[in-house]
Amino acid sequence: MTDQKIPHTTPRQSATFSQDVNSDIRRAAATGIYDIRGGGAKRRVPNFDDLLFMGASISRYPLEGYREKCETSVTIGGLHASNPIELDIPITIAGMSFGSLSGPAKEALGRGASMAGTSTTTGDGGMTQEERGHSTKLVYQYLPSRYGMNPDDLRRADAIEVVVGQGAKPGGGGMLLGQKISDRVAEMRNLPKGIDQRSACRHPDWTGPDDLEIKILELREITGWKVPIYVKVAGARPYYDITLAIKAGADAIVLDGMQGGTAATQDVFIEHVGQPTLAIIRPAVQALQDLGMHRKVQLILSGGIRSGADVAKAMALGADAVSIGTAAMIAIGDNDPKWEAEYNKLGTTAGAYDDWHEGQDPAGITTQDPELMARLDPIEGGRRLRNYLKVMTLEAQTIARACGKNHLHNLEPEDLVALTMEAAAMAQVPLSGTDWYPGKPGTGF
Amino acid sequence: MQTFDLGEKGLRAMHEELHAQTQSTNETAWEIVNPKGSHAIAVGLDAPIEVTVRGSTGYYCGGMNKQATINIDGSAGPGTGENMMSGKIIIEGDASQYLGATAHGGLIVVKGNAASRCGISMKGVDIVVHGNVGHMSAFMGQSGNLVVCGDAGEALGDSCYEARFFVRGEVKSLGADCEKKEMRPEHIELLKGLLEEAGCDARPEDFTRYGSARQLYNFDIDNAGAY
Repeated sequence: MTDQKIPHTTPRQSATFSQDVNSDIRRAAATGIYDIRGGGAKRRVPNFDDLLFMGASISRYPLEGYREKCETSVTIGGLHASNPIELDIPITIAGMSFGSLSGPAKEALGRGASMAGTSTTTGDGGMTQEERGHSTKLVYQYLPSRYGMNPDDLRRADAIEVVVGQGAKPGGGGMLLGQKISDRVAEMRNLPKGIDQRSACRHPDWTGPDDLEIKILELREITGWKVPIYVKVAGARPYYDITLAIKAGADAIVLDGMQGGTAATQDVFIEHVGQPTLAIIRPAVQALQDLGMHRKVQLILSGGIRSGADVAKAMALGADAVSIGTAAMIAIGDNDPKWEAEYNKLGTTAGAYDDWHEGQDPAGITTQDPELMARLDPIEGGRRLRNYLKVMTLEAQTIARACGKNHLHNLEPEDLVALTMEAAAMAQVPLSGTDWYPGKPGTGF
Repeated sequence: MQTFDLGEKGLRAMHEELHAQTQSTNETAWEIVNPKGSHAIAVGLDAPIEVTVRGSTGYYCGGMNKQATINIDGSAGPGTGENMMSGKIIIEGDASQYLGATAHGGLIVVKGNAASRCGISMKGVDIVVHGNVGHMSAFMGQSGNLVVCGDAGEALGDSCYEARFFVRGEVKSLGADCEKKEMRPEHIELLKGLLEEAGCDARPEDFTRYGSARQLYNFDIDNAGAY
């Protein structure tokens, strides 16, 4: 016998039972309830980072960056509405409710969007004066809960967005937990203070595309056919859903992929239901093209848009505009490292804070707590959002000029290649270095 | 009385005329003829006028109404009076599903029966049905009163909040978190007023009150089976 030690293997973590997974199991075992959080899918899915623009050389020639114009304006809703929305930039602010967001946050979004020449959108809680007052172009969401819905606000809106679904939770409703129901939120929603406010997953007075057509008729008659009517759908079955929305008479479609955020939903729903933004755009554009409606019914893509590169890629694949929610929140201060000590107290860290439903947001954005709300200066927040939107626009223009385009709308799939097989298949653009993508007609795959 | 031929002039022309009426209008009495079951008749009105539709209507008649009184001289399609804010809708015949969905105020009277989901997500409206109501009526009802002089179908008041339900006949079943409540004098008084306004001679004492048991107001995993 020797006293030679048997060497240990390096401790090895399981890929299946990772630390993240184990913490989920422990949390579930301790609480007996699923995890609810805000935000969109955190898992990595094929996305716009998997695409590249080729730029110009001999076969294409570019526009001079500082001399030749690259237009960015977009008109939304001209098909049926007498007053379509004219935007200076094709980046809009997505629907986020007063209730889930604080009053100063909604004001900051309105201010920033207005300064940048774009629109902002109400949410599941009605229209607030802060928002209407500071938004030159305001889209009024028409949601299943109809919290705060009334004909006066409907007529004060610049467009109406009938929300069928959102990318974070296709087929799901919502719940605003009692701790965020202040007197004002309760009054707007016509419910007692402090109770959970459920938002239904289906509209109460219509089911299916034939009914939707009649609902759109009603909204048009109430508003005198003046304002555009958008239909927002989650990235579930985009070809069919968009075909049906067009048939129902939508002026514009908002299409939201699974990276799109929500105020509060089950983590399992956010991570496991829906499709990546990159995967839904081509079927959507195909539906528009098959009906001869591409560029007539505008397609607004959302779900994880972060930069001018994302904007340019979405538009090259056929979108008319994009919409941002999470990125706009970050721009005005959400998850800012300056609040790191307070994030730590909440058991998290800057960048990972997603308990938006609990109302304790150190940045004063996803809260109704007066002291926390006061931390967000809506004027400064608005300025930051304006800056961010301007940068995104400049970035998109930079790319478009490099591709020889004098309008962002002139970007096209032929300007793109993919870095991965998945992205090539989803975006239907060639794998970099080849002229092929999976599913390309005539290739036998 | 202003008479408008809907079949001849169309929906848009009708709403242009009705929406042009102001608080001080002298043209307070309107008659819509030839409705032929059209959808979205007399929606978004906002003036103290009385509109009588001579015939049955399609979806959403009187949708988002404010102030106006709308008489439907026939039966009414789905979503009649949806999101109504104030005013009155009186339906001489039967009403289809989603009557008064999400309506915030005013009074809706049905002389016949109302189908399923009557008063779904009601937010303050009063609805009086002379006959019966279908299943899932007042689902997620937030506030207001639903009065049923006949019977109620399955799952009355499912997941309701603070809306009150008064039923004279039988209730096939109550929905999640809906329970029978005591009829106190203030409820008798309230019901008396509603029945009178709805032209119904039923005795308030013959009704039973139902409402929320308030057990699902804050999420509790032990109640998961009820959701």
